[in-house]
Amino acid sequence: MDRHDATPDNSNGGITPFTFSGPALAECRELMTHYPGEFSKSALIPILHIAQADNDGWLSVPAMDAVANLLGIQYIEVYEVATFYSMFHLEPVGKHVLDVCETAPCMLRGSDDLIEHIEKRLGIKAGQTTPDGMFTLRAVQCLGSCGGAPMLQCGAKYHEHLTIEKVDQLIEQLRGKETRTNYTDHIDTPAENGTTASA
Amino acid sequence: MGRQLLLEHINKPGIRGLEGYRANGGYRSVEKALKTMAPEAVLEEVKKSGLRGRGGAGFPTGMKWSFLAKPEGVPRYLVVNADESEPGTFKDRYLMQRIPHLLIEGMIPSSFAMGVNTAYIYIRGEYFYIARILEQAIAEARAAGWLGKNILGTGYDLEIYVHVGAGAYICGEETALLESLEGKRGNPRIKPPFPAVKGLWQRPTVVNNVETICAVVPIINDGGEEYAKIGIGRSTGTKLISAAGHINKPGVYEIELGVSVEEFVNSDQYCGGVSGGRPLKACIPGGSSVPILPAELLFRTAKFETRLMTYESLSDGGFETGSMLGSGGFYVFNDSACIVRATWNHSRFYHHESCGQCSPCREGTGWMEKVLYRLEHGTARTDDIDLLWDIQRRIEGNTICPFGDAASWPVAASIRHFRHEFEYHATHPTKVKDPKHCEKDPIPYPEKSYAN
Repeated sequence: MDRHDATPDNSNGGITPFTFSGPALAECRELMTHYPGEFSKSALIPILHIAQADNDGWLSVPAMDAVANLLGIQYIEVYEVATFYSMFHLEPVGKHVLDVCETAPCMLRGSDDLIEHIEKRLGIKAGQTTPDGMFTLRAVQCLGSCGGAPMLQCGAKYHEHLTIEKVDQLIEQLRGKETRTNYTDHIDTPAENGTTASA
Repeated sequence: MGRQLLLEHINKPGIRGLEGYRANGGYRSVEKALKTMAPEAVLEEVKKSGLRGRGGAGFPTGMKWSFLAKPEGVPRYLVVNADESEPGTFKDRYLMQRIPHLLIEGMIPSSFAMGVNTAYIYIRGEYFYIARILEQAIAEARAAGWLGKNILGTGYDLEIYVHVGAGAYICGEETALLESLEGKRGNPRIKPPFPAVKGLWQRPTVVNNVETICAVVPIINDGGEEYAKIGIGRSTGTKLISAAGHINKPGVYEIELGVSVEEFVNSDQYCGGVSGGRPLKACIPGGSSVPILPAELLFRTAKFETRLMTYESLSDGGFETGSMLGSGGFYVFNDSACIVRATWNHSRFYHHESCGQCSPCREGTGWMEKVLYRLEHGTARTDDIDLLWDIQRRIEGNTICPFGDAASWPVAASIRHFRHEFEYHATHPTKVKDPKHCEKDPIPYPEKSYAN
């Protein structure tokens, strides 16, 4: 997932072309105003997030090329950035990407067992996508939610204090959800929710 | 519980919105600073407060600000580091999610003090939903005249933008963060020049952690001297500690610097004791990069003094018998935890997150992970422990940025204090194939003398 394979669908002039949707393009243009004109390349990473959400959850070569053209920069400047950051998917992913934290504070509270359980439940290993294209499972590094360990991220949402039961429920709920979850989703976060409150 | 300068109002209803925030005294520091103080006076208060960077390095904030170059006609920037990625650390997320206006408020007098008219919040991509909360807060503040042109009629202008990253621990390092903000890979820059001289787009820039900027609010409201009265010695004020791991009450706690580590772990006001009904084994007090401390050295220093939650006391004894306050990412291990497994886990993290610029780090972190994998899975020999020691020693100090040190220290400290567990792994290959062997059969800590 962190490298780019030149499959027929994923190369220059690929069979699936990419053009930004209207709202996405407007959002990109607005983002570019946040930086001095000559430095609009600064908007690259935020724009890649938008392109990814606009391209079925992954960054194909045509999508990256469209970003380069929008910003007026070389294609390589986009590729080298897209391959550096772990949130950019360089091949197709499931509708719902489950990013389960596996770093030490989560490990201390059972993330190993949790990942093993999800692997069995979905019949795939971490790093793989289910054959029906519904789920991609990833074991990822610290998500800054150690107080809510073990936890996973799906789209914009953090699911914390997970148990086997809770994660089973989540998977069932997502299985019935046809629309893709994206990191860029606008979600409602209750004000009192989130990190465990201090005393 | 000590004084709560940042979290005092965090549970008040409506505190996330401007109205609720204002009702609890929000934005007073902006009025005070912009209407009654000169920029130099704001800087002076921050210097007097003794505030030190809350992201991990603990560098005096006032001094950092005073290094900012001010060439004529060149814009300068404040960049808030909200890339919180150090394992064990989740305090900034808590602040930004629950009381986002505190950060926005803190940025205004800070920017004013430095003559900054454009500021950015660089937030890690995984915190996308928090970026939305911040954007909402900025829009509210702007509509109410706390941001934008001619704030409060004083002629001072400030715009704040949120910039979202995309998943890279290294972007918490300030020069990597600036590269990333410029739309590039997060490769740290060689210093000097420091960001204060050549930062964002080669212009003078100060990068500060979220909590640091939030602390500017009480410093302006009550004065730097008042802030400095809290704490001990050069550890002034309050600090957020994010507590996790094997404790009864994981969460974010604001402590007055100087509370004892024992109280922090065992008091019901804070961690509420070690969980699982098992004895304390070890603790990483300041994020995954700082040395692990065995229980024997956590509550008492090697000199048998009470260990305090301060920059100085936690590092008492150097790396031989001490650690660091770091980012305040405090995680506790009971005796069911396997130190070798935790060390392998940390090494996997650093291997994954190395930017790949410097060979000692790029190759060394992968090598350490491989050796630790062997040790953890019962396929290593005893001399692999010496090999591991040798590798970490050759990374530390030999890289452009402190990431190399951060990757080496946890390995070095684990071997230093828990060599017997590594030896156990090398000599009990069948037993350690079960990742839960420590839970079933804890490995006792050997008698040691730390006295010199």
